[in-house]
Parts: sequence; structure tokens; C-alpha cells
Amino acid sequence: MIEIKNVTKHFGKLRVLNNLSLQMMKGECIALIGPNGCGKTTLIKSILGMVLPENGAIIFDGYTIKNDNEYRKHIGYMPQIGRYPENMTIGQVIDMIKGIRHEHTALDLDLFEQFELSKMLDKKMRTLSGGTTQKVSATLAFLFKPKVLILDEPTAGLDPIASEVLKRKIIEARDRGCLILITSHLLSELEDIVSQVIFMQEGNVVLHKDVNDLKIATGQETIARSIVHLLKMETV
Amino acid sequence: MIRILKYVAIDILKNKIVIAYTIMLALFSWSAFSLEDNAAKGLLTVLNIVLLTVPLVSVLFATIYVYNSNEFIELLVSHPVKRSMIWKALFIGLSLSLVTAYLIGVGIPLLIFADWGTALIMLAAGMLLSVIFVAIAFLSCIFTRDKAKGIGISILLWLYFALLFDGIVLFLFFQFADYPIEKAVVFLSAWSPIDLCRILILLRLDVSAMMGYTGAIFKNFFGNSLGLVVSFTLLALWFLIPFLWSLRKFKKKDL
Repeated sequence: MIEIKNVTKHFGKLRVLNNLSLQMMKGECIALIGPNGCGKTTLIKSILGMVLPENGAIIFDGYTIKNDNEYRKHIGYMPQIGRYPENMTIGQVIDMIKGIRHEHTALDLDLFEQFELSKMLDKKMRTLSGGTTQKVSATLAFLFKPKVLILDEPTAGLDPIASEVLKRKIIEARDRGCLILITSHLLSELEDIVSQVIFMQEGNVVLHKDVNDLKIATGQETIARSIVHLLKMETV
Repeated sequence: MIRILKYVAIDILKNKIVIAYTIMLALFSWSAFSLEDNAAKGLLTVLNIVLLTVPLVSVLFATIYVYNSNEFIELLVSHPVKRSMIWKALFIGLSLSLVTAYLIGVGIPLLIFADWGTALIMLAAGMLLSVIFVAIAFLSCIFTRDKAKGIGISILLWLYFALLFDGIVLFLFFQFADYPIEKAVVFLSAWSPIDLCRILILLRLDVSAMMGYTGAIFKNFFGNSLGLVVSFTLLALWFLIPFLWSLRKFKKKDL
């Protein structure tokens, strides 16, 4: 569904993505992990067309995303740090996105209701706490029932209840057959959600494996332990 | 694009700076016309105020607004919206609001006090100046990510066009007074939109003494009607080129 072919990106002299190739299929739920600054967010932003790689191609549903924007209709994106026009209220932001998308399909208002955003519609984005901003981002990501969900540190800053609500929503989307790409540093949180793991380091994909295979290969019970086990083997 | 434009326009209208700017322009032009006993004198006062303040406010307000719209741009880019649409909507929204402010602030007294032909040319010149300096602001925004640097570049550009340029031309003229440089000076005057606007209005008013050096030669060279056409064309290029250049850079920008 999403194919990344030999993508390279530099920021100045720093090479952030290094001739990276990946394939992601429908129905997969992928954890994208790696140390800070390894290129996870840049990879995500490249898929969204926010960062334009120098080399290589990104193929979405058989078509290259270069010079296209319609493919983004199928993507719900939740950024790591949501940045919104400060003077707009929650209600205005949601209305604006609805207006700009201009889609006639029924909206998915589950998260909107469960996060109780209707009580805060008049609050300005500037005054929101980090967690509430994340709730708005999550609501927007799921609003249009996208085929692909890209979630950058989705649970960072959310309280335990909201985080649980979001997790349930992610699992529901996975069961519906969405392709889900999640980055997180809290591996334990991803444990019961993800089916695949991609481990990145310095702009390269070090590992792309099915979770069960990974656990069997390393003889560990959790993803976190398997990764640690692998890293230790490398250093030895 | 109209959908995006709607949200940009609502946002700018809520901004009190544009309203303050309108009131300031209105105050200046009403007082200029009522203090002077004849309308032609008042017109020249208004002209000088317009040539200084309109570019300054347009370039500064647009620069700050574009930097503050970063979040808005980022939010839209992850949705199925063309990048060029976002940039164009911002440009049209800003231009429209500044042009409206100018039309209300300066336009009404102009139409009341001055004769219609002159008033219309002056309105056109002021509108073009607003749009040109919005385009220049867009260009300086796209060249640097740093807000303070971007605002600095904008102010420097304004300083250059509004004050330094005529001085440089005059300096060159005295340095090369022994050579036939009239054609070169006409060519040079095309390099400042503010100078072009001054020439445009003074060609109409026919006050050569106020025209400045470049204006006098411009008139000599083109005569009145051809001068008008040439200067309008040049002014149109002055907003098209900076804006299209910034648009090209924006399409390739990493957000």
C-alpha cells in the first residue's frame, strides 16, 4: 500500500534518511522505533509530503506521491506536537478541517465524544494544555475514517484514561483493515497493538520484522525485551 | 482555494492592526485635505504620506502575518490541499485586506476632494503598492526560517526602496554628469516600485518640480500616455515576479 524506494534526505550536511526502502501493506500495524533523531519523524513527514526527499520515490496505492495531494485524503495524521493557529478555537479548527476536506461521508465522532471536546469548543488553541491539544489532533486524525493512520507519539502527554480510549480506537481501526504506522518510545504501550516492528538507526532501517517472528527468533516474551536483546547482541 | 481564503480572511479581519491602519490612513488624508486650502496641495501631502506608510505597513504586516501562519500552513499541508493553493490564498487574503484598508482610508477623501481622474490613478497606484509590498514580504519570508531575520530583511528592503533609492540615482547622476546617461536613468527608475508610483501620479498632476530626478527624465522620455502604460506594466511585474518566485520556493520547502 505504501512503498518507499531508495529515499534519501539531507538537512544541510546531516543525512537524515539514507537510501531507505520499505514496504507497508494494508492491515498491518507497524511500530516505528529507534533512538531520538534517527529519522522517524522525517520519514513520516516524507510520506505526508511535508518534507520533500532529494532522491527516491514514495508510492501510495500504486501511484507516486510526487506532485499529488489527493492521496492525503486517505491518511489520518496525528503529529508529535500539534501546532495550530493560536487564535482559533477548537470548534473553528474542526470546522475548518471539515470545510477544507469537504467530504460527504459520515464522520467518525467517537473520539470527539469520548474526549468530551464538545464542552471545550470555545477554548482558544493557545490556551490548551499539551494533552488537550493531543486530543484534538487524535480526533482530527480519526475524523474521516482514513485507510491509513500515521500516529507520531500518539500517547505522549495524554492522561491514562484518554490514552486507553485512543488505544482502543487504534485497535478498532486495525481490525477494520487500516494500515497503521505508530512511533513511540514506550514499547510496552505498543505491545498488544502492533503486528510488525521497524527499527531505525541513523537514517537506515536496521530491522523490519513480524512481531511473532521477532519474539521467537530472540526467545523473548515482549517486544521491548526482544529489541534490547538484539541491540546487546550487536554490541557484543 | 476559496475555502481556504475564507478562513484567512476571517482571521485577518479579526486582527486589529488592519483596522488601526485604516483609521490612521483616514485621519492623515482627511486632515491633509482640510488643512490645505487648495486640493492640489492636499493631494501632494497625501501622496507623500501614502508613498511612505503604505509600503511600510504592507511589508511589515504581511511578513509578521506569514510567519505567524506557520502553524496554519503545517496543519493544512497534511490534508489534501495543494501547497500552491495555501500560498495563493494567504497572498490574496493579505492583499485584499490591505487594499480594502487603503480604499476606505485614502479612497473616500480622495474621491471627495480631488478630481476623479487623478483620484483613480492615485487609488490604482496605492493598491498596486500594497500588493507589491505584500509580494516582497512573501519573498523575504521564504528566504529565511528565522522570524526576526525575515522582519529585518523586510524593513531593509522598505528603507532601500523608500529612501535610499532616489539618493543613489542622484548620486550616480552627479558622478556621471559628463556622460549622456538619461536612458540609463530611465532604466534605473524601473528598479523601485515607489519611484514608479511617484512618477505615475506626478505625470498625471503635471508638477515637474516635485517629480524628482528620475521622474523628470521619465516624462521627457515617454511623454504622458505612454509613460502611464509603461509604468503600470512595470508595477504589475513588480508584484508578479516576487510572488511567483516565492511560490516556486514554497512548493519545494520542507515544513
